[in-house]
Amino acid sequence: MNNKFSLFVIIIFLSFCFVIFYKGLNTPNTYTPMVNDKKNIPAFKAKDFYSNNYVNSDKIFEENIFYIVNIWASWCVPCRAEHPLLMELSKNQSIKVIGINYRDNFNNAKKFIGDFGNPYSRILIDKDGTLGIEFGAYGVPETFLIDKNKDIIKKFVGPINQEIVNEIKLIIK
Amino acid sequence: MKILKIFIVLFLVTNFSELRSDEINDVLKNKILKNIRCLICQGQSVYDSESEFASSIKLIVDRKINEGLKEKQIYQFLREKYGDWIIYSPQLSKNTYILWLLPILLFLIGGVIIQKKIQKKNEK
Repeated sequence: MNNKFSLFVIIIFLSFCFVIFYKGLNTPNTYTPMVNDKKNIPAFKAKDFYSNNYVNSDKIFEENIFYIVNIWASWCVPCRAEHPLLMELSKNQSIKVIGINYRDNFNNAKKFIGDFGNPYSRILIDKDGTLGIEFGAYGVPETFLIDKNKDIIKKFVGPINQEIVNEIKLIIK
Repeated sequence: MKILKIFIVLFLVTNFSELRSDEINDVLKNKILKNIRCLICQGQSVYDSESEFASSIKLIVDRKINEGLKEKQIYQFLREKYGDWIIYSPQLSKNTYILWLLPILLFLIGGVIIQKKIQKKNEK
């Protein structure tokens, strides 16, 4: 009886370990951020790129339309690759693209915009990267899609591609 | 002269207490930073990392401490932005209950086995 009980406990324990390890093997050990969690946009105050005045987030997102927030920098190579796609998105009337210039030099950033075009209806300065943290960003480039309820409904880590642009267009339709 | 002495003592006491509060903030800041995972680094805490992400987090934590936020509130703020993964010591939630309850369960099972063995020994 006692032996049967011990055997039962051991079998249960081993099966438990097996399930845990089996589940562990199936999950990749690299961290993938929770990108599709709906979150409200953070309340913040940031410096405007051109006027150098502080603006409140409620002033930036005051219109009842979709917004794209794109974190970029002139020193960021993937940002150059995604820039034409942002230009394409900026032509859409039902969306506004807001740029967050991340840890950049003002003149370099201005030259970048001059060379590649300006898809942003407003650019904010994030000198120390803390504004990016408010959005839950990891670095550059990163893009957030904000709906009419001012919720962040999509987060794209890394440069956007044509597939993502199509996805955004489908959502804002 | 006596008044001057009292004044000097008061001056020193108030200055020392100011230094202490700074020190307390530094200790708290370091404690928090050691418990935050640098999400873009390999196995490093924000405290150990020099990456841009880590330096921004350090600034945010510093700012939040100065705003008067408590340790738990700062963790909560970061959890809202990045999820549970950013904190090294996870909270008890539906995703982590096995992690928290397993040691207790194993302890209880062990206790039952030991008790059974003792009972068996006593019966003999």
